[in-house]
Amino acid sequence: MTKIKSLDELRKRKQQLEQSMEIREKSNHPESLVQIKVAMATCGIAAGARTVMNAFVEKIKKEKIPAVVTQTGCMGYCYAEPTVEVKKPGQDPVVFSYVDVKKAEEIVDKYILNNELLDGILPANYQTI
Amino acid sequence: MNDLALHLLDIVQNSLVAGASFITIEVDENPAGNLLTISVKDNGRGMSPEQVQKLSDPFFTSRTTRKVGLGVPLLKHTAEQSGGGLEVVSVPGKGTCLTTRFQYDHLDRPPLGDVANAVVLMISANPGVDFAYKYTYNGRSYNVDTLQLKEVMGDLPLNDLYVMEMIEEMIKENQSDLKVCQIR
Repeated sequence: MTKIKSLDELRKRKQQLEQSMEIREKSNHPESLVQIKVAMATCGIAAGARTVMNAFVEKIKKEKIPAVVTQTGCMGYCYAEPTVEVKKPGQDPVVFSYVDVKKAEEIVDKYILNNELLDGILPANYQTI
Repeated sequence: MNDLALHLLDIVQNSLVAGASFITIEVDENPAGNLLTISVKDNGRGMSPEQVQKLSDPFFTSRTTRKVGLGVPLLKHTAEQSGGGLEVVSVPGKGTCLTTRFQYDHLDRPPLGDVANAVVLMISANPGVDFAYKYTYNGRSYNVDTLQLKEVMGDLPLNDLYVMEMIEEMIKENQSDLKVCQIR
């Protein structure tokens, strides 16, 4: 396919895309999506948050997961960057630390798809009795 | 920070925290004039002259989660070591404009990096904020903004993964076009 250069070509491709894709009512029900928030302050970016964000985008595209990837600021866990908060619909958010490309894929495979927790959840001292 | 696109992501984060709803990003590559300029302009809450003065102090920050604010000091340092500088103009209640200049061929100037990808990430990660992006290469420019893009995309959100991919492709095609036509 030829590469998109103008807004008109973009419009055409958008129409093709709409025809080919299943109906995903993204904008109407954001709460029904998995929300992946990558911390993107100075600390996060310096530790590789952009690579991680791109990795999440690629992975959820590959697995066809109804999710949005957004960014947040610094949560004070600078030592554990890149950090990623994952909020599954109807569940409390979970923050993962020291995320790299490999860990990002693991989060999608294990936590998002199979509800299985991974090591490196913040805060580390959280314990139930 | 490995490249200037990462600094750009970082600086834009400041605009977002300042509550901006419209952010203009301009990147001007001018090898002919041996100058690289990056500017970020927002309509956020702005800063007082005292705050602007303290910006380059790494131990000054308005946040409460930590005691240091390194974004601007790091960028300033990088700009100055590359024979350039950083300049901030801010009006409380109106917004802030940050401009950095680099000597284009300076040995210590980091590579520009993937600005198109950074811009697309910012657009998709902040659906409530509008962005305008202008890329200039030796005086020839390419403009794109989210108002146009939203108009084209209609009910498809800009943070749709396929939409992001298309927008990134469009920006990159146009950017490389600007360069190719120069060489001819």
